[in-house]
Amino acid sequence: MSAVIEIKDIKKIYKMGDVEVPALDGVSLAINKGEMVAIIGPSGSGKSTLMNIIGCLDTPTSGTYILDGLDVSKMSDDEQAVVRNKKIGFVFQQFNLLPRTRAVDQVELPLVYSGASDRKQKALTALQSVGLGERTHHRPTELSGGQQQRVAIARALVTNPSILLADEPTGNLDSKAGREVIAIFQRLNKESGITIILVTHEPAIAAHTQRVISIRDGRIYANERVAKPKDATHELTVYDTNGGGH
Amino acid sequence: MIIWQSVRIALQSIGANKLRSGLTMLGIIIGVMSVIAMLSIGRGMQNTVTAQISSIGTNLLFIRPGGTQQGGVRQQESAATLTLSDAEALASVPNVTSVAPEVDGFGQVAYLANNAVGRVIGVTPAYQDAMNANLASGDWVTAANVTTRAAVVILGSQIATNLFDAADPIGQTVRINGQNFRVIGVMAAKGGSGFNNTDTQIYVPITTAASRLTGNNRFRGGDVVNTINVRITDTSVQDSVVQDIGDVLRERHHITLQQDDFTIQSQQDILNTLNSITDGFTIFLGGLAGISLIVGGIGIMNIMLVSVTERTREIGIRKAIGARKRDILIQFLTEAMVLSLVGGLIGLAFGAMIARVISGINIGTTTLQTVVDVDAVMLAILFSLGVGLFFGIYPANRAASLHPIDALRYE
Repeated sequence: MSAVIEIKDIKKIYKMGDVEVPALDGVSLAINKGEMVAIIGPSGSGKSTLMNIIGCLDTPTSGTYILDGLDVSKMSDDEQAVVRNKKIGFVFQQFNLLPRTRAVDQVELPLVYSGASDRKQKALTALQSVGLGERTHHRPTELSGGQQQRVAIARALVTNPSILLADEPTGNLDSKAGREVIAIFQRLNKESGITIILVTHEPAIAAHTQRVISIRDGRIYANERVAKPKDATHELTVYDTNGGGH
Repeated sequence: MIIWQSVRIALQSIGANKLRSGLTMLGIIIGVMSVIAMLSIGRGMQNTVTAQISSIGTNLLFIRPGGTQQGGVRQQESAATLTLSDAEALASVPNVTSVAPEVDGFGQVAYLANNAVGRVIGVTPAYQDAMNANLASGDWVTAANVTTRAAVVILGSQIATNLFDAADPIGQTVRINGQNFRVIGVMAAKGGSGFNNTDTQIYVPITTAASRLTGNNRFRGGDVVNTINVRITDTSVQDSVVQDIGDVLRERHHITLQQDDFTIQSQQDILNTLNSITDGFTIFLGGLAGISLIVGGIGIMNIMLVSVTERTREIGIRKAIGARKRDILIQFLTEAMVLSLVGGLIGLAFGAMIARVISGINIGTTTLQTVVDVDAVMLAILFSLGVGLFFGIYPANRAASLHPIDALRYE
């Protein structure tokens, strides 16, 4: 298996007036293609900073980050934007959908910025793959939390990125919707082999991944394989006696 | 790349918040509306003046006594330098169709209890053709009238109405400066304004004017006239005729080129001067109105700034999924320009409506005309787009410069 993410000795230091605050103090890790990985840590541990760097939203103060063979650690803002567009799919805790915009238009937006053709078709396909083929023209106010997050996942997938980066994706969802989202991630990971990185502070969520990277005080202190990842789809059928989906 | 998308997004955003968009555009709407209305008044005025002047014909020269400047010393305007014989001599200059000398004064005309004041023009028979003086009824001054110094008068249409209402003035006797005159004709109404307005003038034989109204009883060859009007065949020969007239007059007055004691002015020159005056006036009016357009632009900038702040999160999302700085810049710039263009078009419509309403309103003796022409429309549209561009750049740049992480965190 080849490494899709190679991070070597990344440091991120913020300057607050005279004081230097190291958010990341020498982090190294590698993630292979097709892995589903969790990055876990309490708040203030630096996991958000690490996630921002992995997602090319920020550049490290020192160290290297190689994404899919490209050294992105010293790229310009515009170059990073292109990388975010083509190689990374984001899923946020707060969904971050555009207000008053239809689902199909939300999902096609990354393709608009990349100048791709056949956008509508690709957007519809992506929406179908997350089970929202019936709601392509709904706006966020007409969708439940779980559905909104699924729109966000479809948007993250539409450019066929190398990695899917999810920051507390179930944080704003009830337990059933949350399980559905994790189930979608696991299915995508298994069926299309897309590399998934879940950033979370909940061990229960992390238990659904194949490897858990633990971070604290700006440093990685554990990097362990999960012996038996939990199966969210299975949990849905066992724990949810309502039957019938949203 | 995504200009069309940006326009769509801009329209969506504008429609989503109609009240805010409407209030933003208000400044531009009022600005463009005023500009269009002002320009239309200016242009209408110009057209009216031009038409009035052209109705007499542009192939007309006016010779007045007094040179403009002589050898560095400003010549005092001496009234005694153009004579009736000068006028007679000019009739044989090539390309001259008719020569009409005149003697001017002011008079009070009274009929029964009615009263009017107007310019009194002492004329010859040639005046009618030379000046396109159209009669509504009656006859013009004849050669016999001139020889006998007849006390006859032709009334301007406004004067006739003031004195006689609807009654027929022909044959009636009026008193001009206390002296009796018989009305032999009434001028056709011309409308318009300015002191060249024939409606408020009265015409008497030139000899009568000189003797009765200015006290010169022996008006003849050597006697002074105020103006000599010369109708020429065509404006194309204007320069050569002016040359020839100058030669004749200088020879008669025994002076050289440097010592001109007369001024020749053409209708065309007057037209050009008036046009440049009205142009200036129009630009001035337009400029004033343009100030409100600037204010409108400031309004747009303010609202765009607010809009950018409100949509900080949205900008962060767009950047996270791959929008580059220029994508965001184009989006917000397009919004600003669409806002101002739409505002401009609405203002244009209102401005045209105002112009239509104003047209036909009478102020004093003038009827306001308005003309909305293509130049004004193009100016208004380009200006609105320009305002949108100029005042939209700062907010758009602020939006484009937002850092995605901070923007995403914004509540």
